[in-house]
Order: sequence, then structure tokens, then C-alpha cells
Amino acid sequence: MIDDIKSFYWRHAQRITFFVILLLLWFLFSLFIPRFFSYANFFNLARRTAVVGVVSVGMTIVLISQGVDLSVGSYVALSGVLIGSFLTGARGFPELSIPLAILATFLVLGFLGFIVGFAINDLKVPSFVAGLGMMSIARGLAMVLSGGRIITGLPVEFTGFARMEFLGLPSLFIVLLVIMFGSSFMMNRTKFGRNVYTIGSSKEVALLSGINLRWNYYAIYIINALLSAIAGIMLAARLSSGIPSEGVMMELDAIAAAIIGGTGLAGGEGSIYGTMLGALLIGSLQNAGNLMGLDPFYLQIATGLVIIVAVALDQLRRQQS
Amino acid sequence: MEENNEYRITMENISKTFPGVKALDNVSLKVKAGEVHGLVGENGAGKSTLIKILMGAHKKDPGSGDIKIEGKKVNINNPLQAIEHGMAAVYQHMKIAPELTVAENIFLGRQPRNNGIINWKKMNEMAREVLEEVNMENIDPRVELRSLSNVNKRMVAIAKALSQDVNIIIFDEPTAQLAEEETEELHRHIKDLKDKDISIIYISHRLDEVFNICDRVSVLRDGKLVMTDRVENLTENDLITHMVGREVGDLYYKEEIEFGDVVLEVEDLEVESKIENVSFQLREGEVLGVFGLVGAGRTEMVKSLFGVHSADSGLIKINGKEVKINSPLQAIKSGMAFIPEDRHTEGVALTQDIVDNSNLVRSLLQANYGLLNAREEQKIAEENVEDLDIRTPSIFQKLRYLSGGNQQKVVVAKWINANSKIILMDEPTVGIDVGAKKEIYKLMAELLKQGKAIIFISSYIPELLGICDKIMTLSEGRMTSVMKTSEATQEELLYYATR
Repeated sequence: MIDDIKSFYWRHAQRITFFVILLLLWFLFSLFIPRFFSYANFFNLARRTAVVGVVSVGMTIVLISQGVDLSVGSYVALSGVLIGSFLTGARGFPELSIPLAILATFLVLGFLGFIVGFAINDLKVPSFVAGLGMMSIARGLAMVLSGGRIITGLPVEFTGFARMEFLGLPSLFIVLLVIMFGSSFMMNRTKFGRNVYTIGSSKEVALLSGINLRWNYYAIYIINALLSAIAGIMLAARLSSGIPSEGVMMELDAIAAAIIGGTGLAGGEGSIYGTMLGALLIGSLQNAGNLMGLDPFYLQIATGLVIIVAVALDQLRRQQS
Repeated sequence: MEENNEYRITMENISKTFPGVKALDNVSLKVKAGEVHGLVGENGAGKSTLIKILMGAHKKDPGSGDIKIEGKKVNINNPLQAIEHGMAAVYQHMKIAPELTVAENIFLGRQPRNNGIINWKKMNEMAREVLEEVNMENIDPRVELRSLSNVNKRMVAIAKALSQDVNIIIFDEPTAQLAEEETEELHRHIKDLKDKDISIIYISHRLDEVFNICDRVSVLRDGKLVMTDRVENLTENDLITHMVGREVGDLYYKEEIEFGDVVLEVEDLEVESKIENVSFQLREGEVLGVFGLVGAGRTEMVKSLFGVHSADSGLIKINGKEVKINSPLQAIKSGMAFIPEDRHTEGVALTQDIVDNSNLVRSLLQANYGLLNAREEQKIAEENVEDLDIRTPSIFQKLRYLSGGNQQKVVVAKWINANSKIILMDEPTVGIDVGAKKEIYKLMAELLKQGKAIIFISSYIPELLGICDKIMTLSEGRMTSVMKTSEATQEELLYYATR
């Protein structure tokens, strides 16, 4: 029993340590920032983290496969525009029911994800470049489809979801939790997950072990696009509109959350839970800053410092072991 | 202490402690003028540390003995000072700039100049003279270094060293990536250096080389110098015993095994511009060796069998049935396994643990709705660790933290768990310790007894002669012979490999 606990600790040492640091940080914030330790504030923090959290899950999977996908922010904007257009029938879109509108958005985003996977696997385009291209394509599509305008008038049944709560938690955060558990299961308990880790560790090892690189690359980038689509739909519900200029720089927030959470850029390493802690840490810092009335630009500087310090500490830990 | 003058280098009672490890313990090494001094030992025995101290890359423990050059005590704190004292090292991985010309590499950082501008004409002339000194006048100093052969690259490094008035050259595994005939060429050049009264420290894993070229040899084990003697007084087995610290017996472990049915039959395998005319049969319990010089297409041939390169024509039969293999997965499904030469990039997922690595292929072959069975996989990994004697603190250890020999055992475990019948091995013992090598051979014997068959690529003829039942030679992608090991000799294999 004690051995089991020990072994569990060593396998998850990094994330357990991180979790303790996050709790300490919350404790400190609670001491010095009057409104921080309140139900209302944690509710707000959870709601705000939900969207970028879902995007970060997808990014983590891509990073583990030794790739990077810069198009996620554009995906979020495009999904918002698509769901808004399908729900309102704006600009010649067919007006669809909520489930069909979601399905249609998934289909479009899934196809874009497939194109990225195809470019990477079949056309041998580096993932950075493929993502850069798709970032521009998806953003352009969002602008063209919306005419550059915000799409409003989304049905209340749709936007109401973002304001609901279950068991005292914001509905959007529940979505994030479900996605987090689901994708963590996928990465740790399925063949697909292990294949992604193996590909990220070494493509040649994966190939010579009989892993089908093509299908796995397609799947990785389609899953990433679909997660961004979910995030975009969540955001549209929260903002009651589809905004074509949303999600700018979100790819960097997602990468930051993953890296702070222990996912490397070299592939083969990382975890969904680590990324969640990273997203919560960034969210908490921003939240605390807002409560203290700090200029948001200082928060940007602070976030940058946290990224560098977190990775530096991780490197130190690796050298020691 | 008159006789001390006879030694060019005297290292006396050198110790080196790293945090938690005593890497060197009172080591004394003496090298005479104009001798080739072999330095052997298993990985981690302290060879590299000793050389790094000599070259000024590491500092010895304070107050732990002296280094004397020509009888005079010296302090060497960095590689530049090492050169000033007449020492240079030629490493396995050449730290030279491949895009620069030969002349530039030789005179890097000290190019002849006119008013600050490099005088190319003079530099090329000087380079030519330096190359002549090592009998390498056929190298054009104006060509880019990367266009040279591996031996010539090393010769440039040697020429560079000599141009700096060096009289001690340290070779660290200089033949690791060289083919047999390139090795012989390098050895001829080393003998020339010796005739010029240059002292040489020669580090190698390959004991045949040590006997071939060294005058004396020192053995390091666990940071201690266990012996120094003239090579005439020693046998290969003596050296191994000293290195490992116990009697290893015959290194090439092989058991008499009755062959079973033909499992693999290849007829006229051809892969565009790489492989032609390869035909052979392999039976249960049999080891087929594959010999050839670097670039002979050995790796390409097994990778074609394994579906990495698809074959243009030819017939592959497994258990008498013709199969088409267009991907590694198909090869794996028809019972093949591939143990690649480069463990780090092709063999194991370094960031993954033993459970993941050992079950990787097995899980791909099972349906189970895409799910992994963690309990079963851990049980299998435990058994692998037990059966193959994989030294690790736990089955959850990342492969990156295991030694080369243990990583190789995990690769073997991966295929054992996949129940592979035909195992393709590409230089499986390169860069691992003598002790670990023997364990791999024993493991092979175990697999053969279970009716598996092995194709074994090696550049090292004694190894092939020691463990194979028959040996195929490849030359420029063509199969030039297949012979029974009992009828093969070193000369014959080399002859067919160069035909």
C-alpha cells in the first residue's frame, strides 16, 4: 500500500508538486487580496479558464506528438462565426437546430484539421508551417463568412447554457472537466494515446513498431480542431455572439498552459492534467491581478516570466534525475 | 626515479569524484614515447573521465596526484593548455566544421592573414604540407570537409593535431563508424605516426583492434586501473576477464540447436537502386549473419524485408506461404521483428517507461476496442524485467535513464511480447559492454531454442563467425555469397564483401 502511494508519487511527482504550488499561491492570494477567496470569484475563474482550457487540451495532444498547431485561435473564431451563422441563418446560411448547427461546425472544423494533418503527413510540411498557414486560412474564413461583423441574436436556448450551473459549478467548466477526463483517459488508457506519445518520442520508433503514422497524424489534428470547435462554441454561448476577431493569441496561451504544466516542445512528454494546472495558474494570476486593479499589460509580463521560470525549474529537475 | 624519463606521459594516483560517484580511484597511467597504448574497459569504467582530465576538460580531485609530461609536472586546465603540452584528441564524433574546407578546418582560429584578411593561397599551401606529413597528399585542402570519407576526415583531424606540434594523440573509439577496410587503413596511418615517435592512447571496445595495433594495454574497471601489460602477454579472454572482473568464458555464446522448418524464404528480392539479387532461406533455430562494408545495403535489405522500403520484385514466403509486405505492420503481423542499429532514434521511445515500450507492438496486434489493459501490461513488463534481467528500479522507469544494454533488452522484450518468429537484428551489440553483449548472445540462444529464427547484421567478423550458422555477404546492394559459418573465414568474407 505504502509502496503503491510512493510509486504513484514518483510517477506524478511533477504534477503533485505543481498542485501544491497552486494551492499555496491561492492561499497567498487569499491572504492579501480581499475578494479572492470567495465562491463568486472561483466561479468566475472557472468560467474564464474553461474556453482556453479546452483549447489547451488539444494543444497538449499536438505537442506530445512533437508538433505544434498555431491555428487554434483562428479555429475558435471561425467556430464562433459558424455556430452563430447556422443558428441565426445569417448571410445566407441555412438556419439549423442547435444539435445540427453544432454538427455542421464540427464537420467544417474537422475537415480543416484533416487538411493540416494531410499537409504534415503527406506533403511533409512542418507542423509549425502548416499551423501558420491554417491560422491565416481559418481567420480569413471567419472574416469572409461574417463579413467582418459580429454575429448576434443567438437563440436564448443556446446562450442560456453558458449561464447554467451544476452542483455549484459553471456549466462551461463542467464541459472542460468532461473533456479533461475524457482526453486524459484517451492519452493514458488507449492505444491511440500511446501511439501519440511514441510518435512524439520518435517517429522512426513508431514506424518500426508498426504504428500507422498517417492515420495517427490525421486523428491528432482533427481532434485538435474539434476541441477548438468546442471551445469556440462555448465562447459564442458565453458572449452570446460569434466574433470573427476572437481568439487572437489564444494559441500562445494554450502553448503556455501546456509548457507550464510540464509538456515539452521536444515531444513524447506531457499530460492533460499538467496542462489544466498550467491553465489554472495563468488564470489565477490574471484573476488576482484584475482584483488588485493591476494594468493587464503587467499581467502579460508576469505570465511571460512564469513561463520561463516554470520551464527553467523543470530543466533543473531533469538534470538532477 | 630515473626510469620515469622513459615515459612521455605519467599520470600518478589520479582520482576524480563526481557528486555521489567516485569515477576514478587512484589511477596511474604511463605512456612511453612512440608507443600505442590501448585503454579498455566497460562503459562507465572511467576511460572518458581519465582522458578528459588529461585534456583539461575535467579537473582531477584537488590534491589527488600529478600529471607529468616528459617527467615535468604540469597543470592542464583547458584544452588549449593540453595542446600547448603537445596533446590532441581525435574523437568518435568529430568536432570539426563539415561545411568549411579541409584547410580551414586545419587552421581554424589561426589562419594565416594579411592585414586581417585570410591569405587563402598560403593557407592551402600550408595545409598541403601538413597533409603530406601524414601521407595524405591526395586530399585536396580546398574541398569541403564533408565530401571526404570517414577515414580521411579523421586523417584531417590528425594532420591538424600534428600541425600544432603535438606528440601525443588520443583516439577515442576512432573506428566506431568505420568499415573493416577503413579501419585497416586508419591503423596503417597510426603505425606511421608511431614511427614518427608520436605517442598514442587508443580507446576501443573492439579487442581485436587492441591486439592488432597496441604495444601495451591498460584496463580500467569501476574507476580503478586493474592492469597494464604488453599485448603479447595477454589473450582476448584475459582482457575480458580483467574488464568484467570475473571469468566470462567464451564471449560468443552459442548452443547446438536442431533446426526446424523453413520459416522465411526470399527469392530475388529487388529494391530500386538499393538491393538486387537477394535470395536465401532461414529455418527455425537458425542465425543468418549479414556481412558487408558500410554502404553495402545491409540495413536497406532488412528494412525492405520489414516493409519500410517496399520491394520492386521478388518473392517473400513465410512458413511456405507467399506474403506481400508493404508496411512494418504487415511485416509484424506475418511474424517479423526488427531490432534497429540506432536504439535511441529507432529502437526505444526514450520518454516512455518500460511498460509502454515493452507492450507497444503487442497492444497493436490485439483488438480490445483500442483500449490498453494496464494490469496485464504491467504484469508482462514485470515478467520481462525478471526474465531478461533488465536492471531498473521499477517498470515505470523512463527508458532514457536505462543503460544501453538494458535499453536493448527492452527492445528485445517488445518483440518477445509480440510473439515474433523472425527477428531481424541490425548491429544489436554496437556500443554496449562486453558483459551486456554476452547477455544478448545468451538471449538469442534462448529465442532460438524456442524455434525463432534470427537475421543478424554485423560489421564485426569475429562476432559473425562466433554466433551465426551461415553468413551472407553483400556488396553494393548485391548478394555476393551465402556460406556456412563452419566453412567461412575472415579473408573469404572480406573478399566477397568487396567483390
